[in-house]
Amino acid sequence: MRYNEKELQALSRQPAELAAELGMRGPKKGSVVKRRLVKLVVNFLFYFRTDEAEPVGALLLEHCKVAQEEPSGFSISFVEDPERKYRFECHSEEQCQEWIGALRRASYEFMRRSLIFYRNEIQKVTGKDPLEQFGISEEARFQLSGLQPSSPSLGPGFPGRA
Amino acid sequence: MKLNERSLASYATSGAPADRAGFLFQRAGRAAAYLRRWFVLRGNMLFYFEDAASREPAGVVILEGCTVELVEAAEEFAFAVRFAGARARAYELAAESQAALEGWVKALSRASFDYLRLVVRELERQLAAVRGPAPAPPARALPPAAPPPGPAPRENGRAAWSTAAPAAPGPAPPPPPPRRRASAPSAPAAFARLHESYGREVRALRSLWLRGRAQP
Repeated sequence: MRYNEKELQALSRQPAELAAELGMRGPKKGSVVKRRLVKLVVNFLFYFRTDEAEPVGALLLEHCKVAQEEPSGFSISFVEDPERKYRFECHSEEQCQEWIGALRRASYEFMRRSLIFYRNEIQKVTGKDPLEQFGISEEARFQLSGLQPSSPSLGPGFPGRA
Repeated sequence: MKLNERSLASYATSGAPADRAGFLFQRAGRAAAYLRRWFVLRGNMLFYFEDAASREPAGVVILEGCTVELVEAAEEFAFAVRFAGARARAYELAAESQAALEGWVKALSRASFDYLRLVVRELERQLAAVRGPAPAPPARALPPAAPPPGPAPRENGRAAWSTAAPAAPGPAPPPPPPRRRASAPSAPAAFARLHESYGREVRALRSLWLRGRAQP
């Protein structure tokens, strides 16, 4: 699959939500732990050799599962292949919890659900739609009504083909 | 750079409805002709497929740090997705109608994670402002876009997630600085509950949608 690698590299140089040197093990069987500078930027997790400016690789953090791994580490796996795990080792339980929390909040899907939640809550308190000021209140991707299980069809809340 | 392409492809074709999908013309090179491709916008990723029936995307444009603008071209309804920097990359595209052009330009210019995060933070601030300070029930999950939890005291008392005894014997550490958003704590617990219930609703809806798709 082609992708705009130069832009992804530029993204890796942006300010990070979280960054640290961690032990990292790839998903292949028998892979060894390597020290990597791990950096969370938007919904990407970049990992660098500790002395290099360009990342070795990046993980898109969508449809993934972040799990704690004993003793003080965590793993990232993806829904289409849950056994294939990228493992990370932290220096403390605290650091581990910080990373797990940040990674679980890092997906676009999580952001979207947060937005829908806040929009709904604000609307309940004020009676007004806070998205109107942004001009995005009609956008299908932010519709709460589309989430009601009782509706017989999905209606305008779910765009398929435009 | 390595990238989890398999996961990316699976995200592109996952069961959930896309944010926007449709045919666009894409120019392969500066002097090249426009090729008609199927585009799918999901989150901050714009995937393109050889055609609507392809099972795997031919490519993806990661939409962070880009601008979307109309262009003057021989081709009608033309626009471009441009990135900054030396030897800047631009994706030259064209829609099939004025309405489609407007729809795509709007959707793409607001697709970035950065933009969404700004909106979420603003709404979080607004919710805190209208709610005012309130006692927080125990929070199971971390609040969205908030600093990691610590033993920080809130205006109304102990942080809900702190399990430390209020009066610990021995030398006590100096009190941490007060949280910037003292009224925010009521949001996380409610968010956790709503997150769970919306998650259930979304899963129910998805299975409904998938079943509906399977029928002719």
